[in-house]
Amino acid sequence: MATETHVIAHGPELRHHFEQPEQQYESATLGMWVFLATEIMFFGGLFAAYTIYRTAYPDAFASSSQYMDVIIGGFNTAVLICSSLTMALGVRSAQLGQRKPLILFLIATMLLGCVFLGIKGYEYHHKWVEHLVPGFNWNYPIPQYSHHAQILFFLYFVMTGMHAVHMIIGEGILLTLVVMAYRGRFTERYFTPVEITGLYWHFVDIVWIFLFPMLYLIGKHKLL
Amino acid sequence: MTHHVHPVKMYVSVFLALIAMTATTVIVAEIDLGALNVVMALSIAIVKALLVVLFFMHVKDSSRLIQLFVVAGFFWMAIMFGLTFNDYLTRSWTMLGHWWTSN
Repeated sequence: MATETHVIAHGPELRHHFEQPEQQYESATLGMWVFLATEIMFFGGLFAAYTIYRTAYPDAFASSSQYMDVIIGGFNTAVLICSSLTMALGVRSAQLGQRKPLILFLIATMLLGCVFLGIKGYEYHHKWVEHLVPGFNWNYPIPQYSHHAQILFFLYFVMTGMHAVHMIIGEGILLTLVVMAYRGRFTERYFTPVEITGLYWHFVDIVWIFLFPMLYLIGKHKLL
Repeated sequence: MTHHVHPVKMYVSVFLALIAMTATTVIVAEIDLGALNVVMALSIAIVKALLVVLFFMHVKDSSRLIQLFVVAGFFWMAIMFGLTFNDYLTRSWTMLGHWWTSN
């Protein structure tokens, strides 16, 4: 076939519908941010519901806040920030085409994520023991706040639970990346999956950055 | 593909700032500042989120298009908050009283 051939030096990772690796990278990153915009709205809705009920029932809220352990919550915040650092350094290793550090940073991120989830599980267990699980095991010590406190604990479980679900999904994606990195799929010219997984992981970190003060800190003193 | 690779020092500095702000917000929460407690907690959280978005998520070096999408995401959330709160949080200003105590 004597047609004009279009030759650009690139690796096999460039999909045929993209012209250059830069364009492919930019498209993937933009697509991830569009997904994250939907995530912002998803968690935003939960934060809005929480704010409305908190304003509606300040006394019940104040009484339920004493069951939040600031030490545990603060420690978990630090764990998650550490995991964001290891993730960011993993992306950096990928940019430099360093396979071994990339794998180690990804595994470190996974382990820190597991520590977070383990501590979260311990907290949930503690709530269960204290009969603070709405609908399943609920026995609030202050009867006049029982109904409203149940709404607030329900929101606590939905918000932290959805956050944990995102963490678990993130662990799965990270495991996939470790396998891909082990097989040498990433080079300094192609590391897009690592970069956009980083975006996802950091976003989940940001959700917690807001969950921590809203659930653990601002209830310590009465608002109005 | 050419990418500006940041030094490890930058990531570690951002990390240390995030840890320091986490410690600050925990300490500030112990002091009773009334309504200011919420303002302080959320302000620190916003600065932390901004650091993560700009440096860890590389939005500082991203193209204008991606920056626009990032801003749009948060802008739409602000619309959702604005319209929702100007309903729920202002109902008590009317003669009908609090919506949540009416039954």
